[in-house]
Amino acid sequence: MIAEKSKVKRLGNQLFFTGPTLIAFAIAVLIPFAYGYYLTLMHMTSPVSPLEFSGIDNYKTAFQDKDLWASLWLTVKYVGATIVLVNAIGFILAYLVTSGLRSQNFFRTALFTPNLIGGLVLGYIWQFIFVQSLPMIGEKFGIEALRLGWLGDEHQAFWALVIVTIWQSAGYMMIIFIAGLISVPKDIIEASTIDGANAFQRLTRMTLPLMVPSFVVTIFLTLKNAFMVYDINFSLTGGGPFNSTQMVSMHVVQKAFLETNYGVGQAEAIVLFVIVAVVTGLQVYFSKKMEVEA
Amino acid sequence: MAARRWTSLTLTYLLLIVAFVSFTFPFFLLIVNSFKTNGDILENPFSLPRHWDFSHFGDVIEKMNFLVTFKNTFVISALSVAFILLFSAMAAYYIVRNATRFNKTFFAVLVASMIIPFQSIMIPLIYIYGAKLNWIKTMPMGLLIVLYIGFGSAFSVFIYHGFIKSIPLELEEASLIDGCTRRQTFFKIVLPMLAPTSSTIAILNVLWIWNDYLLPSLVLNDEAHFTMPIKMKVFNGTYMNNWELLIPAILMTVLPILVVYLFGQRYIIKGVMQGAIK
Repeated sequence: MIAEKSKVKRLGNQLFFTGPTLIAFAIAVLIPFAYGYYLTLMHMTSPVSPLEFSGIDNYKTAFQDKDLWASLWLTVKYVGATIVLVNAIGFILAYLVTSGLRSQNFFRTALFTPNLIGGLVLGYIWQFIFVQSLPMIGEKFGIEALRLGWLGDEHQAFWALVIVTIWQSAGYMMIIFIAGLISVPKDIIEASTIDGANAFQRLTRMTLPLMVPSFVVTIFLTLKNAFMVYDINFSLTGGGPFNSTQMVSMHVVQKAFLETNYGVGQAEAIVLFVIVAVVTGLQVYFSKKMEVEA
Repeated sequence: MAARRWTSLTLTYLLLIVAFVSFTFPFFLLIVNSFKTNGDILENPFSLPRHWDFSHFGDVIEKMNFLVTFKNTFVISALSVAFILLFSAMAAYYIVRNATRFNKTFFAVLVASMIIPFQSIMIPLIYIYGAKLNWIKTMPMGLLIVLYIGFGSAFSVFIYHGFIKSIPLELEEASLIDGCTRRQTFFKIVLPMLAPTSSTIAILNVLWIWNDYLLPSLVLNDEAHFTMPIKMKVFNGTYMNNWELLIPAILMTVLPILVVYLFGQRYIIKGVMQGAIK
């Protein structure tokens, strides 16, 4: 710690160094987040009309909103599916591209590419695949599952969302896992080989336990991204067919801006925040406990 | 033993090739279909074009107002990221070197804010800066950049914080003894040392800001300010199912970032990897 002697100088430096971030952070996050609680207590039909105090009415309406719970339940299923699949595939890919192949850098580069594309455009690309291309294959080769566009059926549309999510984020998780795999000490693996452990035993008994810190990060990221997913949902299925794939984020946007029910929308957004905070908090707490020292 | 090694090698390659094809196939579809007419796209989405037709790109450039949209996206991303780097580095440096109670609290709040879903900020955001202060009308681009700095600062300060902690204090003390002020020490000694971390933070922020849709769609209402994702949305709505325009438009939207990746992929992968470890 380097501290200035004069108080004026210290205050000057404090403002100089932390002021800009503090101001931008307050404008973007702190003030709206705090103000958001106040808005949930207000009746607000449009952004410009005067606010009327309504107490906890918005929360009552939110809790009675069947669509909110339906979208939340759907989001939970989506969170579950993506956490398992994105992490499993990300880990397998990382394992394959760290096995010492000469072309492993090429594969790393290629598998990361989908991550460069934004969710909105990503949804449009896959709309083309699901609506135009896969039915063609189904037609040609008589594969019934592909013949009907996936986005028109509620179960298939859900899995379409999961597939696109895997396609987008498995490469990112792969990179995090690579970082973890590289840092697994080689001598431990060698020692276990000498002691007679086979490849599978080395993976499950040595490597995976040492990878817990990587999994803490990747599971946290998939969890957070899945709870907040909006772009892909919006551009791939638009919530359809018949609102069957509308996740909670999209539901909140819909409630506020399309149904112009800002107070209720905000109350539902706060419910979403509380859920995300509790779930990610528990996840980090419990997975930190699982970490082992090499 | 050798035979077993050979089988596992073949299996590894086989799996990687399957993964490679499934991860790059959509790009292949985009490219081959960009040069086809609607009829050809619908009939043979997987084959190469019967005759290569470049005319749709001109159409797309014109109809998407591509140059203006590209410039907007570029300016917003570049300015936001430049300020994020500078301000976050300054804040992280001061938080580490002057660990007062205020600074510790500030850091804790920043880190904790990373789990706030954008949806729970967005309505008050529009209310305060739209209805109350009218900044959305009067200074949309400026507001958007400030918001990006605010949203990006939590993660960036967090990564800088981790790195600065590992820098030995002696260098700074030496420069202070030699007569540098605190600010000179930061700009001349510390900031240059942060360069590798800065590039990591820049990459992660550019990827997110360049592709962001929801926030700019709420803040930017005038077509003259539209960024690529918003323009793509409008374009998609206008030319629904007109794949001979939509596919080249999608390709042109993703192309700039793919080209950058092609040249900088080594650094980008490395950057993401470093961001992951911290």
